[in-house]
Amino acid sequence: MDAGQTLSETDAPETIDLRRELTETHAQEVLDKLDRELVGLVPVKLRIRQIAALLAVDRVRRRLGLASEAPTLHMSFTGNPGTGKTSVASRMAEILHKLGYIRKGHLVSVTRDDLVGQYIGHTAPKTKEILKKAMGGVLFIDEAYYLYRQENERDYGQEAIEILLQAMENQRDDLVVILAGYADRMDQFFRSNPGFRSRIAHHIDFPDYGDGELMEIARSMLAAQNYHFSAAGAAAFESYIEARRRQPLFSNARSIRNALDRARLRHANRQFERTDPVSVDDLMTIDAPDILASGVFDADRSAGSDRSGGKEV
Amino acid sequence: MRITQGCFSFLPDLTDAQIRAQVQYCLDKGWAVSLEYTDDPHPRNTFWEMWGPPMFDVADAAGVMLELNACRKAHADRCYIKVSGFDSSHGWESVRISFIVNRPGEEPGFRLQRQEGPGRSLRYTTQSYAVDRPSGERY
Repeated sequence: MDAGQTLSETDAPETIDLRRELTETHAQEVLDKLDRELVGLVPVKLRIRQIAALLAVDRVRRRLGLASEAPTLHMSFTGNPGTGKTSVASRMAEILHKLGYIRKGHLVSVTRDDLVGQYIGHTAPKTKEILKKAMGGVLFIDEAYYLYRQENERDYGQEAIEILLQAMENQRDDLVVILAGYADRMDQFFRSNPGFRSRIAHHIDFPDYGDGELMEIARSMLAAQNYHFSAAGAAAFESYIEARRRQPLFSNARSIRNALDRARLRHANRQFERTDPVSVDDLMTIDAPDILASGVFDADRSAGSDRSGGKEV
Repeated sequence: MRITQGCFSFLPDLTDAQIRAQVQYCLDKGWAVSLEYTDDPHPRNTFWEMWGPPMFDVADAAGVMLELNACRKAHADRCYIKVSGFDSSHGWESVRISFIVNRPGEEPGFRLQRQEGPGRSLRYTTQSYAVDRPSGERY
């Protein structure tokens, strides 16, 4: 900042390389990593790029002495379960840190239990404790709508909400709050707490993944654990995704992770039952039988009309 | 009489920005920062009142400043407030830094008391003028 002030007084350069600004702060790296590591989520990535661009421009403007108020960065992430809200939040903390908007760049992830107390006078210290911990970083409130219980007007959640709102207003420089949850219930939450809606600048909606994207996610999850699909295994998993989507409680990438965990279980079991020696490649390959043994297929076949068989989440 | 205890006490009082920078230094070192206050500033009074538990999991000085401002609101003109940084790492396990961040408006200082012992021996002790009055009404 000091260097910037002298710069603007003496010889402000006529042109500024904004792209270099992003690269210099290493925010570009995080953005690229976001692109690389997170499958799909095109609207989300677009929005994050826009925010990063705004922040980079703002940074340059401040350095040149063009006064502008610090932007409000509180966000809300809405989307179905397993659409990557938490992963994006932690990247967001990194990006904001690289661009110098938060000083530490840590993510404090909390739910209602961490903020709301159990008896009178318990809530305020608890919420303040969390706020203190999150200072200089990002406070991520998962399933934020649980803070507000419409049916109980004496619920302590209201107290937590008031303290949060105050901190969001007065300590904008110290703290970025991200609220997350399912779209319809968040809408309801914002309707009953207009204070939140007006203090949140960025509402980002996370779309559901397509089948192809889920397959890509599955591949990268397996690769991270040093597994891979055989050709038949991949085909089986594609049909698995299709069948799983039709069943209740489908939660996108989370369902995929659970399915893969179960597939690994069956894979290990299958290797045990063999009598011949096992090769390294066998230990790494998830094959069709590991996936086709899933209960999802039975349920899907038998159900057709009645959708009761969704015991896998 | 201006009391001089802990770090920086011979310097002019730290500004909030300076306090914040010192606190951030402590936090970056991994020390647990805590706030204490007292209205009995005798040098041998090592037991100051704690303002909440030590802040073990705060990452940024803003959190500590929040508490400091709350403490000031409650005690500013009647108490001394100090910040201390406790290093829990093996071999240290003690306070590494402590400095005064708030003083009452007027510091009356200490008097020297002489007590005559057996024979012609004299015992000396210091006593703060402030503690003549009951706790809570001292400054």
